[in-house]
Amino acid sequence: MSADANKRFRAIIVDDEDLARQVIREMLQSHPEVEIAGECANGFEAVRMTGESKPDLLFLDIQMPKLDGFEVLELIGSEVAIVFVTAHDEHALRAFEVHAVDYLLKPFTAERFDAALERVKQRIGQKLPAPTDLTAATRGPGQYTERIVVKDGTRVQIIPIAKLDYAEGQDDYVALASQGKKHLKQQTISSLEAALDPKNFVRIHRSYLVNLERVARLEPYGKDSHLAILNDGARLPVSRAGYARLKAFLDQQG
Amino acid sequence: MHPILGQLRRLGFYLLAWIPLGAILLYLLAALGGLSWPRAAALAIPLCLVYAFVCLSAWYSCRGTPLETSSFSRLALTHLSAAAVAGGIWIVVAKGLAFALSTVFPGLDQQIVRDYPLLFGSGVLLYLLAVALHYVLLSDQASHEAAQREAEARVLARESELKALKTQVNPHFIFNCLNSISALTTSDSAKAREMCVLLADFLRKTLGLGEQTLIPLHDELALTRSYLSVEQIRFGVRLKLEEKTDPAVLDCLVPPLLLQPLVENAVRHGVSNLTEGGWIRIEIGRGSRDVLSIRIENNFDPETPRRKGASIGLKNVRQRLDTAYGNGARFDVQTSGDRFAVSLELPGERSVEKST
Repeated sequence: MSADANKRFRAIIVDDEDLARQVIREMLQSHPEVEIAGECANGFEAVRMTGESKPDLLFLDIQMPKLDGFEVLELIGSEVAIVFVTAHDEHALRAFEVHAVDYLLKPFTAERFDAALERVKQRIGQKLPAPTDLTAATRGPGQYTERIVVKDGTRVQIIPIAKLDYAEGQDDYVALASQGKKHLKQQTISSLEAALDPKNFVRIHRSYLVNLERVARLEPYGKDSHLAILNDGARLPVSRAGYARLKAFLDQQG
Repeated sequence: MHPILGQLRRLGFYLLAWIPLGAILLYLLAALGGLSWPRAAALAIPLCLVYAFVCLSAWYSCRGTPLETSSFSRLALTHLSAAAVAGGIWIVVAKGLAFALSTVFPGLDQQIVRDYPLLFGSGVLLYLLAVALHYVLLSDQASHEAAQREAEARVLARESELKALKTQVNPHFIFNCLNSISALTTSDSAKAREMCVLLADFLRKTLGLGEQTLIPLHDELALTRSYLSVEQIRFGVRLKLEEKTDPAVLDCLVPPLLLQPLVENAVRHGVSNLTEGGWIRIEIGRGSRDVLSIRIENNFDPETPRRKGASIGLKNVRQRLDTAYGNGARFDVQTSGDRFAVSLELPGERSVEKST
């Protein structure tokens, strides 16, 4: 049950190279059903423009200034159909993990481009299963993320891991505490935990992940639990299991 | 190849060593065997000459039973039985010789029978001596071969390393170029052709450089410029280039593909991550003490995490400088704020002959 083949849809072209955008623009000329809603040259603009003009389709380069294609995807969610357009074939696997519709390798023929559009038309209108873990796609296998991208309205915040103090899980969101501010992000605390290097971040509580370097001291609290006091004075609950984990780490270092 | 038979010089020394052995045999035959001196001499000299060659056969049994891997009983059995056979052969030869000589020395063929135990005993001892000698020669040969193999392996490894370093034109660069050309074919076909020519020019130059160890700086600069002119079309106004080169250093010799990877690094980690565009500044001149000094500087976005393999290009260049000059070259990397700079200093010898 594909969508109406004659349905018009809107696309944004994201590539930092003018000539690369030009190829796509030109190939779209023979597809009057696709309206170009905008073009942008970096990841920041792509996130902002997607938020503002709600396109159906994104032609997305991967290696770009500011945010790479996967980080853009992580921020805009899975509402938009994505066609990656890149000269690098090594990201193809990750691209399909995040349910990209297609993966065009530069340079490509008009036939290949048309085939990609055909797949887009079949996909649009279908409700996509949300990718299980988009953040996992922003790093390669066996690697830990070096920064976290967060969307504040239409603005994009980049939090380098070294500046993350702790994270608090609230249902499907995490509140990321960095330099006295909190940033909300749609992500579970478990998927965030998986993205962070366990040598630096410890899950001290079902809802709390803490940067080990920020922990000033531990205080007993109540019968079975403790409190972690951070350098900036923040007080975080530590569960019994969390205390055991934390203790193991602090003993190792001491 | 037999270590003694194979070389005339060694065979000469080996036969010389048999002269004292022959003298001892002569003494034994005369003093213990009860022969007169002329008779003993007539027997001892040809016998030793024949036995010298019989003993060379020890090489085959030595090779068949290597010292390191064979058990003691196997070694003893092999060599003692071979020695017994050799001693037996020697007696047969002695018998035949005595029979032949009995025309000159009547009764020699009868006298020799008494000396069989003496001949057999000395034959066995001499053969075992030859076995020891062959083991020494074999181990010498083995260590020689091992050293040679090791040297060959080292040369091969170095060669393949150099080859790999030299031919590392980034394939994504080529794919991106082809994509730009594909864009230009309809919008600006003249420019598309220009870019084809520039790309071909660059690729041809890198291919040609693979075989050379040192090239004049102007060749390396030409390569770097043709790389940059391709990138200039890709990035357009986003890429700003500045180059200052002292014409006096253009004929200095440098390892091929020294500048180009550094400039490529500057593009990949500089301008391609900067939305507002970036700049690359190349300065080449004479440093203190007449060294060739090269500095490549670019701006970059400090907030972009360094990509995997970011420093491979730098590491390769550093390694190649080490290979070419050892401690004679300097390689420095400085980062301050949004600026990244690589400084090189190398001997910069002049080319004596004009290289093709």
